[in-house]
Amino acid sequence: MDENAVRSADPVLELRDVRMHFGGVVALKGVSASIPRGIIQSVIGPNGAGKTTLLNCVSGLLTPSSGGVVFQGEPVQGKPPHEIARRGMSRTFQHVALFPRMSVRENVMVGRHARTRAGFWASGFRLPFMRTEEARIRSDAEAWLDFVGLGAERDLPAGALPLGKQKILEIARALATDPVLILLDEPAGGLNTRETEELGELLKRIQQKGVTVVLVEHDMNLVMDISDRVLVLHFGQVLACGSPAEIKDNPDVIQAYLGEDWANGGGGPHGRSSDSEKEEMSC
Amino acid sequence: MTHREKASFIALTVFLAVFPWIAGMSRSFGHYIDVMIFAGIFCLVTLGLSLLMGFAGQISLAQAAFFGIGAYGSGILTGHFHWNPWAALLASAGAAAAVAWIVGVPALRLKGHYLAMATLGFGVIVHIVMNEEVDWTGGPSGLGGIPGMSCAGRKISGDAAWFYLVWAFVLAAFLFSRHVLHSRIGRALRAIHDDEKAAEAMGVPVSILKVQVFVYSAVLASVGGSLYAHYVSFLSPGSFDLMWSVRFVLMVVVGGMQSLWGALVGTVLLTFIGNEWLQVFADFEILVYGGILLVMALFVPQGLVVWLDALVRSKARPVSTPSDNGS
Repeated sequence: MDENAVRSADPVLELRDVRMHFGGVVALKGVSASIPRGIIQSVIGPNGAGKTTLLNCVSGLLTPSSGGVVFQGEPVQGKPPHEIARRGMSRTFQHVALFPRMSVRENVMVGRHARTRAGFWASGFRLPFMRTEEARIRSDAEAWLDFVGLGAERDLPAGALPLGKQKILEIARALATDPVLILLDEPAGGLNTRETEELGELLKRIQQKGVTVVLVEHDMNLVMDISDRVLVLHFGQVLACGSPAEIKDNPDVIQAYLGEDWANGGGGPHGRSSDSEKEEMSC
Repeated sequence: MTHREKASFIALTVFLAVFPWIAGMSRSFGHYIDVMIFAGIFCLVTLGLSLLMGFAGQISLAQAAFFGIGAYGSGILTGHFHWNPWAALLASAGAAAAVAWIVGVPALRLKGHYLAMATLGFGVIVHIVMNEEVDWTGGPSGLGGIPGMSCAGRKISGDAAWFYLVWAFVLAAFLFSRHVLHSRIGRALRAIHDDEKAAEAMGVPVSILKVQVFVYSAVLASVGGSLYAHYVSFLSPGSFDLMWSVRFVLMVVVGGMQSLWGALVGTVLLTFIGNEWLQVFADFEILVYGGILLVMALFVPQGLVVWLDALVRSKARPVSTPSDNGS
């Protein structure tokens, strides 16, 4: 469509000096960024750098203390999450947040909520339009499950899936909202190597559908493999922003986050902290 | 509906159809029809409440107040103003909906159990109004002279006719509620119950839906109250106090919050216990209620229906063949 062609030049998401503090703790110290439509934008940084806080500010779970979040040309900071979802932004959670007692299919069907309209009365009286819509919701959900490769599990309770598949199911549920922009909070956390590779391919296919992907991730191989651009957060500030190659060579980033060894391609002897996070660059 | 559910629903309908006839055969059980009429009226209240508690995850302690708005609304409009009872029923339900909306919007915007607190206060206020507005409600001495109802040109008289009218309402409310639960709205409600934050991020307007369910529960309670007013033809504030709100909550808890069947079973059971079998305890009735609640919370927290269902399934398992898909 013409409108899309015109719009594709604009950034899909713009952050204007976003600050967030919780009491005396400053989580974001003024983050500005502009994310073009259709790319895979990674956000990396050490634990506590503010990555999840940033996603929460963007998706409406938190209201930034100051600054602006502009989504498709309109400010959305302070708007409730369901309103932001309706405008075309969807997300997954770092700690899987499925509806465990509902079936895999129903989880994805919930994702269609904002795109369908049968209300209390129509549902209670099972009006004809509601039945057609319900059948449509069901088939749309199944199509998304096939897209991510969970078609066989659709009747299982979501809580019964192994963690890797729960992570994928969250992505299917987010896709079902017809997003323009999808925010993924550590989708590879807890996945094994093969699953992570499959995830990378899935993210590429999502990008091919025209959906902009914002990926918060610790798995550097995945990030460097599939990202078009990488933003590095450090202590609530943007440390660097650029292509994966630029980030790999950026001395500040190497010092603050990647470590010398990653740049040299070796293992990670500097056990700065005892928690064996991937960011310690054993990869 | 699943086969199992359909079979249960048909069994219930058949049971209700023959109940007045069977109960009427014996002199000592004849008044069970009367008890069942009250149970049916209370079921209207608890069906809405079970949707609110079991699926929207909120507790209301004002269902007796909405029940009272329906009862006094119908009583005053038909008694003082000679309205048609059906028009009075609709008007009272509309008033209950409006009041629920006003109470619910601020309370349900906040996360947590603010609705329980707001409704607790609201219920007390309504009870005070019933006692003090003597000109309209008759105050503590009650409101009498409420006319009966007629349906399709025929006056509803006799216990059997009332029984069928009330339980027709219950079955309709049951089906409506069940359809809501198995729709986009019901899915969203169950999603809210499982993970409110995730539901909101998927585009589910959490507080709007909670308000809708609360309003729905108030409307059902009000309709029950209207039927009650015309059935007993005399109202006194004691039937609409906080204790009754607690009883409605207890009925839902005993039967099981996660199932509409639970509301029906719990309500019928507790109505029989309260109206029939506990009369010997007189003033100590409240202790027995407390005891029931304690035992339920400790040993059968999921409610009778879910517990019995699991029991039946576990007993049935050795008998059923592996290819059995009837569950």
